[in-house]
This record gives sequence, C-alpha cells and structure tokens, in this order.
Amino acid sequence: MSEQTPPQQPPEEQDLDEPSIEADPEAQQSLAARWDLYQRTGGVITPVLTAVFAFFVGGLVVLITTGKNPLSTYRAIFDGTGLNWFFPWVSGQEREFAAEDLQQTLLLTTTLILVGIAVAFAFRCGLFNIGGQGQYIAGMIAGVQVGVLMPDLAHVPHVVLAAGAGAVAGAVWGGIAGILKATVGAHEVISTIMLNWIALWIGSYLVGFNGPLQDPKQVFVPVTEQVSQGAKLNVWWGDPKLQGLHIGFFFAIAALVVFWIVLNRTTLGYQVRAVGFNPEAARYGGISVGRNYFLAMAISGAFAGLAGSVDVLGWLFRVDLTSVQVSSQIAFIGIAVALLGRNTPLGIFFSALLFGALINGTSTRNLDPSVFQPELASNLTLIIQGLVVLFVGADLLILYLWRARTKLRRKVRPEPVAER
Amino acid sequence: MSAQAEVALANGRITFRPARVAGVVSIALGVLAFWVALPPRTTRSELVPVVLGLLGIAAGLFSWRKGETRLGWTAAMIALLGMLGGVLAAQAAVENLKVVITWSAVLAATLRFATPLIFASIGGLFSERSGVVNIGLEGMMLMGAFFAVLGGDKTDSWVLGLLIGMASGAALALVHAFFSIQLRSDQIVSGTAINFLALGITGYLYIDTYGQEGTGDLPEVPNVNLDWLSRIPPEGLGSFLEKSIGHLNLMVWLAFLTVVLAWVVMFRTTIGLRIRSVGEHPRAADTVGISVYATRYAAVTLSGALAALGGVYLSLGFVHSFTENMTAGRGFIALAALIFGKWRPFGALGAAMLFGFASAIAPRLQNVESWATYGTLFQALPYLLTLIAVAGVIGRSIPPAAIGRPYIKQ
Repeated sequence: MSEQTPPQQPPEEQDLDEPSIEADPEAQQSLAARWDLYQRTGGVITPVLTAVFAFFVGGLVVLITTGKNPLSTYRAIFDGTGLNWFFPWVSGQEREFAAEDLQQTLLLTTTLILVGIAVAFAFRCGLFNIGGQGQYIAGMIAGVQVGVLMPDLAHVPHVVLAAGAGAVAGAVWGGIAGILKATVGAHEVISTIMLNWIALWIGSYLVGFNGPLQDPKQVFVPVTEQVSQGAKLNVWWGDPKLQGLHIGFFFAIAALVVFWIVLNRTTLGYQVRAVGFNPEAARYGGISVGRNYFLAMAISGAFAGLAGSVDVLGWLFRVDLTSVQVSSQIAFIGIAVALLGRNTPLGIFFSALLFGALINGTSTRNLDPSVFQPELASNLTLIIQGLVVLFVGADLLILYLWRARTKLRRKVRPEPVAER
Repeated sequence: MSAQAEVALANGRITFRPARVAGVVSIALGVLAFWVALPPRTTRSELVPVVLGLLGIAAGLFSWRKGETRLGWTAAMIALLGMLGGVLAAQAAVENLKVVITWSAVLAATLRFATPLIFASIGGLFSERSGVVNIGLEGMMLMGAFFAVLGGDKTDSWVLGLLIGMASGAALALVHAFFSIQLRSDQIVSGTAINFLALGITGYLYIDTYGQEGTGDLPEVPNVNLDWLSRIPPEGLGSFLEKSIGHLNLMVWLAFLTVVLAWVVMFRTTIGLRIRSVGEHPRAADTVGISVYATRYAAVTLSGALAALGGVYLSLGFVHSFTENMTAGRGFIALAALIFGKWRPFGALGAAMLFGFASAIAPRLQNVESWATYGTLFQALPYLLTLIAVAGVIGRSIPPAAIGRPYIKQ
C-alpha cells in the first residue's frame, strides 16, 4: 500500500499533521464532512483497494474452509457474470451465453444503481437513508397498480405514468422520514427502519391472500395481476421471453446524470450539499435546513421508488409476497453501492456493476457447481459486501495508513537536513 | 418523568400527586374498556366500553390539565383506543373472539415472541447508553443463533452451546467496537457492515457444515415446568397460570432476570453510572478519570453477548434448528423496542412485550377467515407506534446525548 502513488497531493503538508478531524475533536463530524476528508485521502485508489482487499479475504475464506483454489473459484464466478462478453476473443456460442448472463447482470445493476442513488443523495445531505426497502416496496406497489389499471392507455404515457407513480410513492415514503427529521428531529435511521417494516406489512397485506390487490383469478396465490402489455418496458437486448435487458437500464443511467446535475448544477443541490457539509453553517447562510432534509429524503425516496416500479414494469410484471418480503432486501445493497461508489455517479455505476455481477455470478443458475457450491458463493458475496462496507466506512484507518505513508516518505526524504 | 417526581423517587418518598394518579386510572380504564368486551367477559353492549372509555379520556384530560402533559396525553390516547377496540370487539361474533383470544395461550405466545427481543434490546441498551449506536444487533443475534447450534452440536451440551453463541456475538461486537470506537467509523455504516458480515458468515458456515441435510438433533435448552402452579386457588387462576407460564423455556425466565439485572447495573451501580456518563458527556467522564474507550468497548462487547442470547433462544430454545437469516429482522425490532422504551430496561421490556403481543395475535387472527387479512396488517402496528413515539406524539424518546459520536481523547 505504501508504494501507491495517490492521485492528488494534498495542498499543504501542514494539513497532514493536523487534519481537521484531529484539530477540533468536539466538532461533530457530519457525514458529508467525512466524505470530503475521505475524498482528500486518495480519490479512486481507496475504494479499489478496499474492494481488492475484500476479495482477497473472501479468497482466504474459500481456501481455508473448502481448500479450493480461490482463483479458479473467482474465475468461475466471473464466467457466470457475463462480463467476458466484453472480451473480443470470446466468440460463437460462448459469446451468446455470455450475452445472456450479462443481460441478467445488467438487470441487477439497473436496480442497484437506482437504490444506490437513493442512499447517496441523502448522504450528500448528511442523512442516512436506510429506508430504501420501504421506498422500493412503495414503488413496486404503485407501479404495479398503475400498470394493471388503465389497460387502454398508449404505451409511452402508460410507462411514464406507471414508472412515475412508483417514484412518487417512493418520494412520499421517504418524505415522511424527511418531514419527521425536519419538524421534530426524529432520527432518520430509526424512522426509515420503522417505515420499512410498515411498508413490508402493508405491502404483504395488499398483495397477500384476500388482499385488495390480489389477482381475483388466482385466489390461492398471493400475487397481483400482471401489468398490461402496454405498460411493460421494451426489451432492447436479448429475448424478451428469456428476461432480456429492458430499457430501464437507460432510466438508471439517466438517473445518474440527473443525480449529478441536480447535485452539482442546481441551487437545490448546492443547498443540499451545504446542509450535508455543515447544517449550522448552512442555517447561518440563510438555507432552510429542514426544507432540505425533507427534499433530500423525498428525492432519495423517489429514486428507490423508481427502482421498484422499473423492476415491476421491466421483468417482474407482478408483485407477489416474496418480492415484497424477500427481494426488496436488495435495497440494502444500495448502501454498499453508495459507500463504495463514494456517492459519485461514476462510482455508483461501477460499484453497482460490481455487486450486480457478484450476485448474478454466484447465483445457482450461473455458477458451475463442480467448481464451487453456489449456495456457499452467494454467502461469500455477503461477506465481501460486509467487508467492503466495513472498510470503506473506516476513513480514519485510511487516514492512518495515508499518514504513515507520508511520514515514511518524509523520513526518507529529509536526510540532508539531518546531516546539517 | 418530571424533575419533581425524580427527586421524590430519589428520596425514597412516595408523594401523592392527583394528576399522576388520574393518568394511571385513565390508562386502566382504557384497558378495562377493551377487556370487558373480550373473552371471558364478552360484554355485548357497546355502552359499557363507551362509558368506561369516556371516563378514561376524561381522567386523561384532567391529568393533562393538571400538569402531567405527556402522561395525560398518552393516557387519553390509550383510553380512546381502548374504547374503540371495545366497541369493535362488542360488535364482533363471540365465537371469533374466542378463537383469537385465549388469554393463557396468548400470554405464553407473547412471552415466547418477546424473549429474543428482550435480550437484544437490553444488549442494545448497554451499547447505546455508552454512546455507540448498535444497528448491528441483528447480525449479533444471528451469530448467536448459528454458533449456539454449531457449539451445541459439537459439544452436545446446551450450556456450552449457549456460551459459544454468546462469545460469537461478543466477537462480532468487538469488531463493531474497534471500528466505531478506535477507528471512529460512522457507527451506522459499521453496524450495517456487521449485519452483512453476520449474514454471510453464518450462511456460509451453515452450508459448509450442514449443507442440505439441516442441523439434525441438537441439545435443547430445557423448559421450566411449574406444575404446582395449577394448585394455586382459585381454580381458574391456577390453571391459567399453569397454562401460560407453567411450561416456559428457561431462557424466557433468563430474559426477565436480565432485565432486572440490567436495571440494577445501569441505575444502581458505579459501572452503570460510568456507562451512562460516557454516553451522555464523554469529555466530562474522561476528566474525572473514567476511560471512555474501555467503557465503550466493554459496553459494546456485552451488548453483542446479550443480543447473541436472543439468537441462542431462537435456535436452541425455540425452533431447535438453524436456518439462514433466521432472525429475519428481529434485531431491528429490538432496536425499535429499545427506542420505544426510551432507552430504559423496563421500558424496553414493555415495548418488547407489546411487539411480542402483536406477533402472538397476528397468526391467531388468521384463524378466523373473515379477519385473516387484517392479521397481516396488524403486524405493522408496533412499528407505527414506534414511529409515532419517535416523532414525539406520545412521550418523546430522547436518546443519550453523545450517541453516535466518536470520542477523541485529548
């Protein structure tokens, strides 16, 4: 690690000895301030190192517990992700299989990008949106409802309306936590956890047996009706019957662009970042902190809600009890995505791709059981995610390492001074 | 609790305060309004719950007017809810009510569901009172659940299994402590990581050790059979006691013991004072010579061991096997119970019982065909109540002052 050249040198060497975190211990470090510090300590290098380290530990786990070669295990996982499609030398049938796998990976990436933004946007306002699950459920329910009703609507307005309904529902669900934070100061982590559970049970009630949204034609299956043909998102790559890649992927890319523009090129984004960086200073500067808390949570919720409705319109087409109670947990991975991606659009894209590929590559369908047991591998994914979040959150560890490195270098450099 | 009452309690004197009494009476009337319409009374007239409820609301409002703002409001709300519940129950069919409400079974189920929550929320109490947010309770529970099974299976002794489970939870908590105290990571980020890790570690080892075959025969934490309870006069009471608390698992009783011990330690010993001072004002605690880091380390590690006990109960005491992600969010519910209980041992106990009651009633509601769907909806209620509590409508929950803030020694 000490050999790594950092991408940006800190402006002054004095900063290194007295970083702000040490200089003013009583100052309450807001999340955004931490990210700023973090940013200064090594750009893109640290997330990459974190990920490499997590994979290294994962490899050790494989080696110790099963005695299998970690490299061939990772190779098998990689082959299941479809990312080998990008290699020009892969051709013929292998290429076709790779394309199919890659479509699945990108389907997951789509969701992860959106739930990642949902966490990242709130982060930039100094809020921890742990409520992606609830907002995702709200988005799914609203999306499927608008998709099922109004079967006579034309394709484009129907898609826009249904996807939009999901975003609005997510925004409302996130906005509740925002309002509570802004008005009575209820901690958003607590309120979003509660809102997750409320959404989960209300959702289970709605789609469950005898629930208001249950398909009346299938009384014995807890599932909603299918969205009408006009509301389904077009598949642009692969076979629609085999769950090809739908245009929701471009929604996610567009969302990344919107995320960047709103944060960096609008007054709202400026205010959100100001509040995130230091709420007191922002208040002093005439920015309404409460309003921005609300807006940040609502916008975050909109992204998570969009993830829910895009999944419904793209490939689920219906919402059943499992998607409410189990699949919606994918929203939690949004936290890892946002953290590893350092809340930047490009970072979120790549970390969503990484986690999407990992989940898909370790699935029972894609991992060759003769190389490594898929059930084990999917748990390996969780361990890797945990390690990534653990170490990516440890900015001080990185700062220590960083300072050790610069001290080491300085010790080497000022030898002539010592002679004098 | 008002400052005045606090002083009165500290001095050991019990002062008669009409406003407080009115508040308590109001709550009692609210509960009574609901109870009369339920089995075994099943009063069929709506008039009885309405009268009782209105009296309760009046008492609550009186209490509120006389200065007990929070208690008064809470009491009036409870009385209103009790009245509405009573009216609804009075209109429902008696057979349906009897299917759902068999008090002894409901109580036993409530205790069973509440036990893991009690352990975990008392665990969370220690961590959070020392100023470290513990969102990783869920993961620590899961560690306890799995390693108790693994340990119990290998050693063929539930005692050792229980201890191994506790140790595993404590070990994971130590990771959380190291990152959030020493490295000053964001505590919520670190806790989230803990949950991912626990899910991965337990799932991985479970598949690796047991695979598809499942855990097979395990040593079980024994039940405590109190048959003599049935001999307590009068007849009805004795059999009720025997049916509800006569055959509980040992760990249910252990949970109650934990609550009492936690209260004694936290509010009646120096250790507790230290933990609380570190959580409220670490700088001041440091100044008088309390080691903030050591206290927090100890509190977080203990928290992991206790949360793991909740998991141990689930696997060795209740289900007698392990399945992946078997805690299924109970750690988060325990966190909610802790907050709903205002970071107090008996408050957390009460909240855990309430949540346990909701979990106990929900499946019973499903036994009545026309009520089945509401059973699901009913399970959202505890979270809604917690949300309302956090929002400060019924008695605001205020966390320890230094919670979530890493301490930097000067």
